[in-house]
Amino acid sequence: MAGTAVRGRLSWQVAAVAAVRDETPSVRTIALSLPDWPGHRAGQHLDVRVTAEDGYSAERSYSIASADGEPVAITVERLDDGEVSPYLTQELREGDQLEVRGPIGNWFTWDPADGGPLLLIAGGSGVVPLRAILRHRYRSASKVPTRLLYSSRSLAEVIYREELDHYQGSAEVRYTLTRSHPPGWGGFTGRVDDAMLARVAWPASQRPLTFICGPTLFVEAVAELLIARDYLASRVKTERFGGA
Amino acid sequence: MAFDGNAIGGLLLEIFGSDMTGAEARCAACGALGPVAETAVYSRGPGTVVRCRRCTSVLMVIAQVRGLNCVDLSGLAALEADSGREC
Amino acid sequence: MTNPVSRGFRHRITPSAAEAGRLPPGQHVTGDFPVLSAGPTPRTPLSEWTFSIRRSGETLMSWTWPQLLAMSAETITADIHCVTRWSKLGTVWRGVPLGALLAQVQHDAHYVLAFCDGGYTTNLPMQDVNDGRAWVAFGYEGQPLAPEHGGPARLLVPHLYFWKSAKWVRGLELLGHDQPGFWENYGYHNYGDPWREQRYAGD
Repeated sequence: MAGTAVRGRLSWQVAAVAAVRDETPSVRTIALSLPDWPGHRAGQHLDVRVTAEDGYSAERSYSIASADGEPVAITVERLDDGEVSPYLTQELREGDQLEVRGPIGNWFTWDPADGGPLLLIAGGSGVVPLRAILRHRYRSASKVPTRLLYSSRSLAEVIYREELDHYQGSAEVRYTLTRSHPPGWGGFTGRVDDAMLARVAWPASQRPLTFICGPTLFVEAVAELLIARDYLASRVKTERFGGA
Repeated sequence: MAFDGNAIGGLLLEIFGSDMTGAEARCAACGALGPVAETAVYSRGPGTVVRCRRCTSVLMVIAQVRGLNCVDLSGLAALEADSGREC
Repeated sequence: MTNPVSRGFRHRITPSAAEAGRLPPGQHVTGDFPVLSAGPTPRTPLSEWTFSIRRSGETLMSWTWPQLLAMSAETITADIHCVTRWSKLGTVWRGVPLGALLAQVQHDAHYVLAFCDGGYTTNLPMQDVNDGRAWVAFGYEGQPLAPEHGGPARLLVPHLYFWKSAKWVRGLELLGHDQPGFWENYGYHNYGDPWREQRYAGD
């Protein structure tokens, strides 16, 4: 059984695009129909490979945006100078095919059995795997105390806003907007700093389990702030998306 | 592009036959110990270079030459696969 | 073994017929300038920066940043080809010919090993760096060379695959015998001529 599972994850399979949904002007969720999907853990990703007619191919990794049991979906942010993301967010349509490999990554994953309290900190499109964790938590009816701190440049760039707001009550969702905010904005503004974490982060004495995902500099800065607040390095998991 | 070891999970799965993102890697140069997921990964060049986040020494180099993975692990003092959860 | 084609995925620039003739086999044209590195961007302050020519552990000659800039520089327009299959046509650089630097030392070396901040190395035959086809480049498109593209200075050797145009170069080690550099050690071609598609050892 284990051998088959490894082989399955190792090989590329052809997925069909079941649906596309624009989350923001530059972010799109792509739901996939996969013939042979073994299920996945919240936080895992899959590798996508696209091939042009002349045989040139490019591979990228994208966090799985959905929870196990739901149709597999990825959420892709368009990078203006990207090679693959403009194609996935603007050209790709329902019925098209993508080569996919996965699920991948056992380390940056969460399951209710892992406990908490859970602290999720997202920078930009780093929210994708954390949203999968929230969806899995919700579908599992887990009561693990959970807080999400989500940093975006502006309200328009917040991905999954409506859905995340729906978790309020069962989890605490806080936003910080770094470049612009609407009049009357009641959330945080500016970059994540120690003062903000003092209000959002669980006390270290509760031995929280933390997941930080986003651009490299964001992740490193936040991780350092948490370590300075006595968080255990072994219970702070990070995933860096590259770039600043 | 600079990522971390999460980004090469698929490549490492190909090479080692199991998920390595949670495997503990010890740097041969400075002794730093941590999960592969936390290493500094430079990919999309001629090959993939995995570096110690603490001292920047090269831990692993993976070059894909004619479809074969050529792997150099000499920068690692130890690599211990995660014997925890199976998937 | 061919991958299924992704409908509509194409390189962002389709070369004209004239451009197509300038592309070595297996390459495609890109409009941007991908950043590919083997390590973090070094940040050597210019006040500490030097370019040295060494032999057997001894520095034969060394230039500080102001000394390098005081040399006669050229504007170079070149097509560049990366072994990862992208090519960028008509790039414009500013740099000092390596021949002018090598002329200031006495040597009989047949090969060089370029060394760089961060530890990267690459090897080249002396005749490829001494004859007007190689530069220490510090300007790109009219601006100082950006750190992520190898600034303050990198090698520019456009007639070979671009991994030979070592970023963050700090000097040349003169060699009697050829010695593989970083990628050459891992199976990449020792010479790297894009027109003969010399990507890997044995090509």
